[in-house]
Amino acid sequence: MTLGLYPGCSLKGSSREYAESVLAVAKAFDIKIEEIADWNCCGATAAHNMNKELSLALPARILSLAEKQGMTEIVVPCAACYSRLTLTKHELSKDPALKAAVTEANGLEYKGTVNVLNIIQMLDKYITPNFESRVVKPFDHKVACYYGCLLVRPHEILKFDREEDPQSMDVLMLKAGAIPIDWAFKTECCGAGLSVSRTSSVGRLSGKIIGDAKDRGAEAVIVACPMCHSNLDMRRDAINSYLGEKIDIPVLYITQAIGLALGLDRKALGLQRHFVKVSV
Amino acid sequence: MFEHTEVNASHCYQCGKCSAGCPLSEEMDYPPSVIMRMLQTGNPDLEDKVLRSFSIWVCLTCEMCFARCPMSIDIPKMMDFLREKSINDKKANPKAKEIVAFHKSFLDSIKFTGRLYEIGLFVDYKARTLRILDDLALAPKMMKRGKLNIFPELIKDRSGVAAIFRKSNKKNKN
Repeated sequence: MTLGLYPGCSLKGSSREYAESVLAVAKAFDIKIEEIADWNCCGATAAHNMNKELSLALPARILSLAEKQGMTEIVVPCAACYSRLTLTKHELSKDPALKAAVTEANGLEYKGTVNVLNIIQMLDKYITPNFESRVVKPFDHKVACYYGCLLVRPHEILKFDREEDPQSMDVLMLKAGAIPIDWAFKTECCGAGLSVSRTSSVGRLSGKIIGDAKDRGAEAVIVACPMCHSNLDMRRDAINSYLGEKIDIPVLYITQAIGLALGLDRKALGLQRHFVKVSV
Repeated sequence: MFEHTEVNASHCYQCGKCSAGCPLSEEMDYPPSVIMRMLQTGNPDLEDKVLRSFSIWVCLTCEMCFARCPMSIDIPKMMDFLREKSINDKKANPKAKEIVAFHKSFLDSIKFTGRLYEIGLFVDYKARTLRILDDLALAPKMMKRGKLNIFPELIKDRSGVAAIFRKSNKKNKN
């Protein structure tokens, strides 16, 4: 079986190391992954802030293309894209008039049959069963698993993990040989879409996250979202100036941490692309 | 508002959990529970204040309020509706100029190429806001790490995506 992939824009640009590590881990487990041909941007925060119909039509086009290309299941590593695609499926399934309007705008048939997985669900389904026996270099570090907002909320629609104290990443990291810590900022927002237009807010929100991780002795923060990563990694100067100290805890995508545990090449996992040096 | 969003503000009993959990409360002119109260009154003047508020733009749709609301009121969905209406009625708060400009630049970028083109987004955003120097140091650092594409990724069916924008914009003025 071939698993469809919706990379989204970030994974082709500012967070290409996420894409590299997803593909490297999939390759290690012989999972066949095929990118949806001619995919478009999901519209992200901008579309749902400005125009409801557009915010549903753009993700619907992606899902229609996947259907047309014979895919029954796709993985969406970006938590924000995952949220938009899943919310669109939900909205269109309960509102036939909206579905008709969106289908008309897109000029593409939409059935709503594609199963959408986030990265943790993909790892759990295809990798967890054989993971522990494949760990050659246990990721022997204290880690703060950071889920952010859109991977777990709204629970009513995503129906994934727990929304206040999720556990799925902690369980995966435990299997990778890490020591997941208890901490208070697992699902607090990093500032997401305000990164450029209001960097000071991002410094404060992401600062609290990095500050708590440090206070509790984390040696790495583990994420599953390119927005979370870019705010916690690329915005480290803003974070450190908010905190008034220099914190150099690295931020790794869960697939990079798993890749390291599998003994994969650091470069193949894109670790050299981070702003905060990955010393673990 | 209920007929557009199916979100019923009158269910709110003002416990304040949304405002307590909201990570942006302290930067807002009215925290989420106060927005809910203003909408409950049905007073057009208060509704006008909501549409002109900074709160609706600094809201990140992080969904924390909805997660913690004992009445399961979908406040983020309401916020989306309020933002769209605020733009269409030309009532967007002047303090939100940069935030709105960023959204517009983002959508412009994908309208023409189908996918986000980060350099194009930055240039468009800077032209809209005149914040020329912001983040200028970031670009070469991103480039060095292979995080910035020099050329946009163009999808094949760009006219299809442009048509989505055209048709979705019929009802909108933006």
